[in-house]
Amino acid sequence: MVTSLIRRTFQALIVLFAMTAIVFVGVNVIGNPVDILINPDANAAEKARVIAHFGLDKPLWEQYLRFLGGIVQGDFGTSFVYNKPALGLILERMPATLELAFTALFIALAVGLPLGLYAGLYPNRVSSKVIMSGSILGFSLPTFWVGLMLVLVFSVELGWLPSNGRGDTVELFGVRWSFLTGDGLRHLLLPAFNLALFKTSLVLRLTRAGVQEVLPQEYVKFARAKGLTERRVIFVHVLKNLMIPVITIVGLEFGSLIAFSVVTESIFAWPGMGKLIIDSINLLDRPVIVAYLMMMVVLFVVLNFVIEICYTLLDPRVRLNARD
Amino acid sequence: MSSLLEVRNLVTEFAAKPDRPGLRAVNDVSFSLERGKVLGLVGESGSGKSVTGFSIMGLVDRPGKVTGGQILFDGVDLVGLDPDAMRRLRGRRIAMVFQDPMMTLNPVLSIRTQMVEAIHAHEDVSERTAHERARDALGQVGIPSPEERLASYPHEFSGGMRQRVAIAIALLHKPDLIIADEPTTALDVTIQSQIIAEFQTLAEVSNTAVIWITHDLAIVSRLADELAVMYAGRLVETGGVSEVLNTPRHPYTRGLIASVPSQNRRGERLRQIPGVSPNMADLPQGCSFRPRCDRALPGCLSVPPQVPEAGRSYRCINPVMEAQA
Repeated sequence: MVTSLIRRTFQALIVLFAMTAIVFVGVNVIGNPVDILINPDANAAEKARVIAHFGLDKPLWEQYLRFLGGIVQGDFGTSFVYNKPALGLILERMPATLELAFTALFIALAVGLPLGLYAGLYPNRVSSKVIMSGSILGFSLPTFWVGLMLVLVFSVELGWLPSNGRGDTVELFGVRWSFLTGDGLRHLLLPAFNLALFKTSLVLRLTRAGVQEVLPQEYVKFARAKGLTERRVIFVHVLKNLMIPVITIVGLEFGSLIAFSVVTESIFAWPGMGKLIIDSINLLDRPVIVAYLMMMVVLFVVLNFVIEICYTLLDPRVRLNARD
Repeated sequence: MSSLLEVRNLVTEFAAKPDRPGLRAVNDVSFSLERGKVLGLVGESGSGKSVTGFSIMGLVDRPGKVTGGQILFDGVDLVGLDPDAMRRLRGRRIAMVFQDPMMTLNPVLSIRTQMVEAIHAHEDVSERTAHERARDALGQVGIPSPEERLASYPHEFSGGMRQRVAIAIALLHKPDLIIADEPTTALDVTIQSQIIAEFQTLAEVSNTAVIWITHDLAIVSRLADELAVMYAGRLVETGGVSEVLNTPRHPYTRGLIASVPSQNRRGERLRQIPGVSPNMADLPQGCSFRPRCDRALPGCLSVPPQVPEAGRSYRCINPVMEAQA
């Protein structure tokens, strides 16, 4: 376990390093922030001063080396727009995004698992067919459209739920959370549902496929032959086996849930990282873009590791390999 | 004394669509079994012997269904028995061992979990007692250092060891009847003999009845007291092992015995039954064996009745009566 942890960390560092180069060069290709940041009426001396201030007068390789040097010291640069450390800006917005993503994940599992289980166990019932057709909608309807429809129906027409912001928040462990207040929960509901829709369909279909794969296995029949109750057969013998693929996919998808919450955050004006990155891209705020992408790389590396740990808990055959 | 198990005119069908007559995997099968006896149920693949076993367990896979007959177990008809009552019999009074030991144990649960849950399914005992019983059961089937092995997972065992674990699980509640569905087919010959020997002792010592499903006549001749031969869903011949093997009445049984390699002389061509076993969806009219039979008569076009003879019976209107060459 420890060796694997060390090996992973080392691999992660290499991935991170490769990403810095790709991201840094990529961001420089998009456009020149000077055009946006500097007042077009400013004189040449003024322009040169600003460019020098951001270090944009240096050649690319020198900028990159300075950037790398900064990272080693935990400094991802200062936002051109906010004039604050880029990393701090992102970390400030992170709880809102994480809260949204975790709520969406919770909804996806709480709805997708039971429905998938049901559809897998009783594939011929009309209700199962309705569930499966519904999941196709969940897959194919574009998130932004569903988001707009949710706002239109629940906020504008019915007026049941608010359509933007986080509502009241409560501070816990030095971070502000929405889900702990009634008002915050009401604000959380629509965006979380919007974000969860696609993942719910995914979990549902994975679970159903898993049930149909595991159910005909001999060991399920043997479990029944032992006289186990149907409940134990399904919730222990079947569920534990089908959780392996579900955990893998859900874990990987969780990264994309965070990385691509951009759309939902924009529609519901959720003050998370997604909105920040969209604004930063529009303003060509390079340090924030780079820092955000770095954070995403770290996130995916960590997620992969967490999935691997979940694996070893679920599947003893993996445990054995790790010991070698 | 009444029999422990009496199967009467059992019919198990697999329907492609509900409300339509399906394939009869088990067709009008009747036999009985006393306590402590071993019945060898033989036949080739697809003859319905496994489905017969699963019908008794109440575990026929959908869309299969027992559609007729009775399965009297200790006087209670298992056909149409309430599912929970059936569940309480399974594993406790009727246990089953499956063909492929690599597939019968759940790969993600420890041996201990899989044994303890089998105990707890039928008895309300403490975790400690269940653990000790599981350990003793492993020791009983010859698994070395059972205490440590309990914590293992199926992939850490060889095929033979896994089959022993499966047998240990089947024995946990000292069942009255064990249905063994080709339990040695997937194993090495040496392991095969050990497992057969274990079953033999078991049947004698604990008075457990065994239905041993196999296609291997050599095993049956060593192990079984009685023999039932299935062909295309029907029982074609039943009787004591030595009578049936020494003087088979049904031409199919005779062919089956003749095709065991040890019956042949060295250098001689291996004997086989001509033709192939019939398609269950399109059975020949009358006796299903008729197209492959060298003794077929015009009367074979109607289904032959069960002909009783002292201690045995067969379904043939032109049985082999002459002495074997």
